Formats: sequence, C-alpha cells, structure tokens
Amino acid sequence: MIWNENAECMSAEEMEEIQLKKLQEVVRRAYLNVPYYQKRLKKEGLAPEDIQTIQDIEKLPFTTKSDLRDAYPFGMFAVPSEDIVEVHTSSGTTGKPTVSGYTERDLDIWGEVMARALTMAGATKHDLIQNCYGYGLFTGGLGVHYGTQKVGATVIPISAGNTRRQIEILQDFGSTILTCTPSYALYLAEVLEEQGIKNCDLKLKAGVFGAEMWTEEMREEIEKRLNLSALNIYGLTEIIGPGVAQECIQKTGLHIFEDHFYPEIIDPKTHQKLPNGERGELVLTTLTREGMPILRFRTRDVTTLHREKCECGRTLVKMDRITGRSDDMLKIRGVIVFPSQIERALLRIPDLEPHYQIIITRPRQLDELEVRVETSPALFSDEVKHVEEVKRKIEMQIHDEIGLRVNVNLVEPQSLPRSEGKAVRVIDNRHLGEG
Amino acid sequence: MKLKQISIFLENRKGRLWKALNVLSDADINIRALSIADTSEFGILRMIVPDPEKAKEILEMNNFIVKVNEVIVVEVPDKPGGLEGILGFLNSSDINVEYLYAFVEKNRDEAIVVIRTDDVDAGIEALEAGNVIMLSAEEVYTL
Repeated sequence: MIWNENAECMSAEEMEEIQLKKLQEVVRRAYLNVPYYQKRLKKEGLAPEDIQTIQDIEKLPFTTKSDLRDAYPFGMFAVPSEDIVEVHTSSGTTGKPTVSGYTERDLDIWGEVMARALTMAGATKHDLIQNCYGYGLFTGGLGVHYGTQKVGATVIPISAGNTRRQIEILQDFGSTILTCTPSYALYLAEVLEEQGIKNCDLKLKAGVFGAEMWTEEMREEIEKRLNLSALNIYGLTEIIGPGVAQECIQKTGLHIFEDHFYPEIIDPKTHQKLPNGERGELVLTTLTREGMPILRFRTRDVTTLHREKCECGRTLVKMDRITGRSDDMLKIRGVIVFPSQIERALLRIPDLEPHYQIIITRPRQLDELEVRVETSPALFSDEVKHVEEVKRKIEMQIHDEIGLRVNVNLVEPQSLPRSEGKAVRVIDNRHLGEG
Repeated sequence: MKLKQISIFLENRKGRLWKALNVLSDADINIRALSIADTSEFGILRMIVPDPEKAKEILEMNNFIVKVNEVIVVEVPDKPGGLEGILGFLNSSDINVEYLYAFVEKNRDEAIVVIRTDDVDAGIEALEAGNVIMLSAEEVYTL
C-alpha cells in the first residue's frame, strides 16, 4: 500500500519541478518573515529571486543548531504567534533547547508524512498502533499519533515507559504495530521472554523504530525475537519530527519525503555538495513548513543518498540508515550528550584534572554510561568513604550537566590516553555505526 | 605517639598491586605492615614502611597517587580480649575507628596493631589514659 501515490511515485522531473517551486516560495517566506534569514541572505548578497534552478539551493547559507539556539525561543518563527498552534523542543541538554513551531497546516503536513511512513510499514485503518514514543515536548509521541489518525488506524497513546503495562496491552489489545526506539523494542522482547510470553501469541506485524542509531544486527535480533518487520524511521525536531524519511518493506534504505524535505549530502569539512552514492552529512531544507521554515539545516547525521528504482514502486530518493555523526554528539538513552559537557562538569570540581574517558555500553538493551576520571593527590585519602564521596560528587556534577545517571570510575593518573591530536575520549561499545 | 603510614590508590586493574610492590621492592623498601581496602571499583593499599617520605617519592615517580598520614601503633596483649580492651578505651571516649590492621607476627609476646581513628590526637589521649602501650617510629622500624 502507498498512502499518496501522486507524491510518492512521481517522476524525477516532476519532483524537481515541484521542489523548485516550493523552494522559491519557502526562501521568499523565510526572507520576508524571519529577520535572521533576511540578514543572512543579504550578507551573502542574495535575494529570493536568485533561486532560479533547484541547484541554486547551493547558494544559500547553512543553518546550524546553534543558529536555532540563538533564536530561542521563537526567533525563527515565520508567522504571527496567533498562527502557531503547537510547539515542540529538541531533547538537547546543552544550554537552551531548540523550539519548533507548527501552524495548523504544518500539523497537517506532519500527519501526512507520518501517514505515508506508517502505510509504508503496512498500517491500514484496521491496525492497532501501540505508540511507545514519549508524548510531550518530544516530537516522537505526537508525530506518530497524528499519522495514525490520518491513516484511520487506532492509536494506543501509551507513551514511553511502564514496561509491565506495555506488555499487558500488547497481549490484551492485540497491538499490530509497535512504535518505539529500537533499544526499547529489544528490552520489551527481553521482558516478554522473561515472563514466558511467546512472540507467536502476540499480533505484532511491524515495528517503526527510530530516534536513535541502530544496526542491521539489531534489526535481525528484533525481528527474530518479536516476530515482526522492523523498519527504520528518521526525523528531527528542527525539521518537523519523525516522518522525514521511512524505510519500506524492501529494507534497503529510507525514502525521504522529498516533496516536503529537500535533502543534500555535503562534505562536512569542505561544505561541498556530494553526488548521490557518496557518504557525507545530511542537509535538509523544509520546502513546505509555514511556522518555522529552515533552509539547509546541517543535521550532522552521516548517510548516503540513492536514487535507484525501488521494488516498492516509490520513486522517492532513499537514504541509508544513519551510520554516524559529523560532530562528537552522542545519544545515550535518547538524550543528546556532548563530551564537552562532561568536561565542563569535571572542571567544576577543584583539584580534578579533566582527563577522562567516556565508555558507553548496552548491557541489557539500555545504554550505560561510564566515565573514567583520573584521580589526583588532592582528592585521594586513606579512607574509602572519602574516596567514594569524591566519586559521588563527580557523578552528581555530571548528572546535573547532562541529566543522566552515570557511573564514575576513578583511575590512576596517567592511565588514560593523552591527546595526540585528538584524545580517545569516547569508547562506544554499542557498535551502532557499522550497520 | 604517631606514626606515618603511606596509602596508595589502586585502580581495579590487573597487576596494579604487584606494580606498587614491585616499585618498593626495587627501591629496597621493606614493608613492615600492610592492609588493602577494596571496593568493587578501586582499592587503597596502606603500609607501614621505614622511610615513608622516600617511599612516597619513589611511588609518585611511577605515577601512583600516595598519601602520607598519621596512625597509631599499639601493643596488644596476645590473649583473648586483648584488642577488645583497647578498643573499649576508644569507644568509651566516643572515638571512631576508621580502620585497623595487624603487623605480621614477630616472635613477641604482644601483637602489634595499627589503628586509624577519625581524630588521631584524641585517640592517643584516650589510649594514654588507658595505659595502652603505643610504639614510636623507631621501635616499630626495628621490630
């Protein structure tokens, strides 16, 4: 099933024509209504009329996360406040979050792209969608919710957490589609097995999993243990939320809804545009957003675009699953963490040398964060309780900074690798970037 | 009658205790008494050595974190209730014992025990009042 055949199966020429028209409109709207964009474009000597072909997009400046943060809270909105009907924020913990504002039409578009995504995963009005993405400022919960309603399926707005209840509803309601993070799906599988519940007794047929990086190995594992098709969804709050791209049943990449979100791949160092098939940083432009149009947003997510014909019949460009970041951002239990935040927390503790190492593991499907810190003479004592107090103090400082519980391990001085060029600050043992 | 003890931070990693002892051995430093406090994540090696400052220097040169602090060394009658009696003096003076450990047997009639109280001076005072025999550095090192 294809939700919107006109939009999802058109020829490349048709698509480009539509994209150009929408790009011209969105650049004009951004220029006229967002002082930030007017200033940026003027600085580049650009006017909206300079967009004559789709390739002219390359003339436009990039928008970064820090540009959005500087505009906190509503500086990037392109419509009067009475036209904004909903706001969401990113999960970032570095300083202020970024805010996304939606008009009624934006919500309608969000529902449309999510309806396409869910349909791609096999959803029809007969399905029961157990939506375990968090409801609230996070876009995951409501994004799936709007899509489900558009499709006419039944949404179970259970939100995140409360695993016992999730399992009870999976069994009693007979949910057919599961939406959550892939690591939570694995966790659910584990708890189901512990409780002796067989996957053949569940009615699940598909899962729409996203909001974190995962691998082909994880897909196989989830599919085997939950007896469903595990499909990848991609999106980000700055652009709209989930529903920027979705994997079809072919499982050979995610179709980008490029009539709404224009993708480019750039070399993160030279900022040069890369051709299809080459790996680089994904840059997205919202072609239709009213509340908050974003031009050339640097997602920092690393992927590749492909335009080969897809067996599913859709002509939409496909992106590979995200295999990394072009910056050092980490996503731990769904929370964005930068190593610099941990460094900042350590620097607040007197007498502590900021030599540290971050080790991320996923022992029981949930991320664990360990921070190794070199002990200093001033912090050391002959008494265990004093050393443990120091450890707790460091854990608390890091918790205050990133909002996550961590396990601090004190190590001997000079035992952590020193920066030879770039220090090995992060050891990610989740192996997410190899899928 | 205080005595200097050295404490060494040991990361919970294979070979670290050996390395610390190896450094001391190479420097020809004899260990008179030793104890290890171990937690699941790190250890603290505490020792009485004849020249604590020299031991500290040599360990620090090898990147160990070392702390020198004062402890009390007492003679304990080698009979049932010997240590109990001594701790009783501290207890009745409301002095907290952080840890204690014993010297290796040295053909004496008394056992020798290292005591670390939260307040070392107050500990000495209470033990003196109880006529407990405390050993000086000189006595300890020539045992």
